[in-house]
Amino acid sequence: MANYYSDHPEFDFYLNHPEMKRIVELKERNFADKDTYDDAPVDFEDAIENYRRVLDITGDIAANIIEPNSEDVDLEGPHLIDGRMHYASKTYENLEATRKAGLWGISMPRRYGGLNMPITPYSMASEIVSAADAGFQNIWSLQDCIETLYEFGDEEQRKKYIPRVCAGETMSMDLTEPDAGSDLQRVMLKATYSEEDKCWYLNGVKRFITNGDSDIHLVLARSEEGTHDGRGLSMFIYDKRDGGVTVRHIEHKLGIHGSPTCELVYKNAKAELCGSTRMGLIKYVMALMNGARLGIAAQSVGVSQAAYNEGLAYAKDRKQFDTAIINFPAVYDMLARMKAKLDAGRSILYQTARYVDIYKALDDIARERKLTPEERQEQKKYTRLADAFTPLAKGMNSEYANQNAYDAIQIHGGSGFIMEYKSQRLYRDARIFSIYEGTTQLQVVAAIRYITNGTYLGIIKEMLEREVSDSMTDLKARTETLVAKYEEAVNIVKNDADQCKQDFLARRLYEMTADIIMSLLIIEDATRAPELFEKSANVFVRHAEEEVNGHYGFIKNFKTEDLEHYKA
Amino acid sequence: MSLKIVVLAKQVPDTRNVGKDAMTAEGTVNRAALPAIFNPEDMNALEQALRLKEQNPGSTVGILTMGPPRAAEVIRQGLYRGADTGWLLTDRLFAGADTLATSYALATAIKKIGDVDVIIGGRQAIDGDTAQVGPQVAQKLGLSQVTYAEEIMKCENNRLTIRRHIDGGVETVETPMPVVVTVNGSAAPCRPCNAKLVMKYKRATAPLERTTDMPYANLYEERPYLTLTQWSVADVNGDPQQCGLSGSPTKVKAVKNIVFQAKESKTLTGSDTDIEDLITELLNEKIIG
Repeated sequence: MANYYSDHPEFDFYLNHPEMKRIVELKERNFADKDTYDDAPVDFEDAIENYRRVLDITGDIAANIIEPNSEDVDLEGPHLIDGRMHYASKTYENLEATRKAGLWGISMPRRYGGLNMPITPYSMASEIVSAADAGFQNIWSLQDCIETLYEFGDEEQRKKYIPRVCAGETMSMDLTEPDAGSDLQRVMLKATYSEEDKCWYLNGVKRFITNGDSDIHLVLARSEEGTHDGRGLSMFIYDKRDGGVTVRHIEHKLGIHGSPTCELVYKNAKAELCGSTRMGLIKYVMALMNGARLGIAAQSVGVSQAAYNEGLAYAKDRKQFDTAIINFPAVYDMLARMKAKLDAGRSILYQTARYVDIYKALDDIARERKLTPEERQEQKKYTRLADAFTPLAKGMNSEYANQNAYDAIQIHGGSGFIMEYKSQRLYRDARIFSIYEGTTQLQVVAAIRYITNGTYLGIIKEMLEREVSDSMTDLKARTETLVAKYEEAVNIVKNDADQCKQDFLARRLYEMTADIIMSLLIIEDATRAPELFEKSANVFVRHAEEEVNGHYGFIKNFKTEDLEHYKA
Repeated sequence: MSLKIVVLAKQVPDTRNVGKDAMTAEGTVNRAALPAIFNPEDMNALEQALRLKEQNPGSTVGILTMGPPRAAEVIRQGLYRGADTGWLLTDRLFAGADTLATSYALATAIKKIGDVDVIIGGRQAIDGDTAQVGPQVAQKLGLSQVTYAEEIMKCENNRLTIRRHIDGGVETVETPMPVVVTVNGSAAPCRPCNAKLVMKYKRATAPLERTTDMPYANLYEERPYLTLTQWSVADVNGDPQQCGLSGSPTKVKAVKNIVFQAKESKTLTGSDTDIEDLITELLNEKIIG
């Protein structure tokens, strides 16, 4: 039987990454849970075995329940009945399967009913679910909103809500409003405190809310009357059991039909404050968004994989001019680049997840005891790396998912344009990835400071120090040549006084950064597992050369007055 | 009411996707070439058992299986999905059993388990396709039986209401307990393994499965639930003469390969008479019913 985990040895490869040892050690606190919980691991190998088992269950459900349901879900979509959202009928089957399998609250501590798994294997599960149905991945992976509630809510709120999510209740993050999309400082939904009832009430409208009729909502609202910027916003927990929110409209979208996108009306909806007032956008939503961005990166890799699978299968099967079309250079060129983007993209996804794991585990330990100076330094380092890598992982993978879905259709020729083939769904589903949770353009904004302050260059140089296998030496040397050009390009932009020009060239610097880091990552992967990654390393570095050299030339020759040619 | 439920489950070679090497030259099943799986209809039975347990708080589900030590995997698969316990009947004396000897062994074990309310298994196993074991167990224990069950609809006043799959429709029956139920493949599919239960029971083994160099051996002392119950013929007070090969009157005379071949073809028009003739012919030939 198909299994989206065991069919792909890449997952085990990343589970066995040397950094996993530190992650498990931090996450399991010296395996202290083993005497209290039957499901807690007793040592490192046991923990990894647990992750493998959970991924095996996920891979089974993805291949044998979620994927077979995906076409029906796409065609049916959710329904709006009397102010409530009802999922497509087979979405309920998917939810039931994931609940019975206990795949909810995966990263939460065991004392609240969770599996206490790190973000890295959780992201793998997320990728696997997305490869089956990206729309369902949204509904399921919004469970990671609970991370934010765990981090910033009080103990009473943790005890009240986390066990419910572990039992399979769904979540949503209610941020966007008609006039506040990318610019969340404009959020107007009003939160008023009632001295009489000793609770908060929410009033207003939210729009484009993914899974908006969920059981537990995290809501960004304006608690400080008279304010107009981000400092007047706080985060609230709205429990559907309390009532007060109705669904006014469900959007008709190009893709991810299974994932309901709702417009919500809040009418005196009772809510609890999460954390402190005024910190909603500045601190909590930023944390929420970083988690969500990693989720979209995993979702993107899942669809990249699915698109590659579709393209590959069709190219092997389809015969023209008396031969399978995969034998034509024009076709295997496309497939090889799809695979290289998939492999390099996955590598940066799990590198980012590992960074997030280390700093989050240290943050969590810091809630229990004072960190040692070494631990504090480690926490600082990995927080910065996670912040720097998240926009790369999200931006690049979401673009790759789109490119791979496009190429999958191209390989199908005319059939790819026919609705009966799966490629068209992947193409439609992928389109949102580079838009929501911050467009690619905003990922560039998030990344640019790490380009100019040398964070990326630092890690690139650190990576260049590492040994690679003999067969990777040449690729590494070629990448090193690119690094020199990258440094020069960064300096050209940095030293330019024109802010517009800097902003204009930022996307190119961003792509150069990502191309080089992903080249070095895939070279490292191919050093450890040539059988899995050698081809992709060769193809990807060649792709990086094309890109980096192109951008280098563009930046070097670009003059401020050239901006005029671009302005509408 | 709380029920004691026993699921009869069998580890079988996966005959659903057979390749060329599925049979040995002697005409027996080449078990090495086929992966061992939980018999599919026993999975449907397990789901019914787990639902019955959920609807009747305090109930327990145990998996009873007979086979070589590695058949303990069937018990683990049950535990991963929510069963509470299991018993592995394993003994060289059990080996080579036909349906009669199998049902004797299972019935003896059920007597040893004692006070069982519901015994539930798949309609048949995909390696033998006899559908005899369930009914024979009922006969040997002197219990009612409901075959081709699709859903246990309710449990009230010590009686079960069960929907059966019958030719051309369904039938709802009520039965007293204890009862033996065999479940049809059209019943609800079994739920997936549960993450926490898999983590908990992943090292559960029958003593005979263990090797001396097994890692985590210390856990078996600390965690009794990791040791699966394993019974020999003597453990269940069985009569060796009625077990295994000696208790099996069935003899395989010959095994033949059958190849379906089209010998003739007919061309039909789309006219009503032609279609009617075809239907009548297929009915007469008992190809459709």
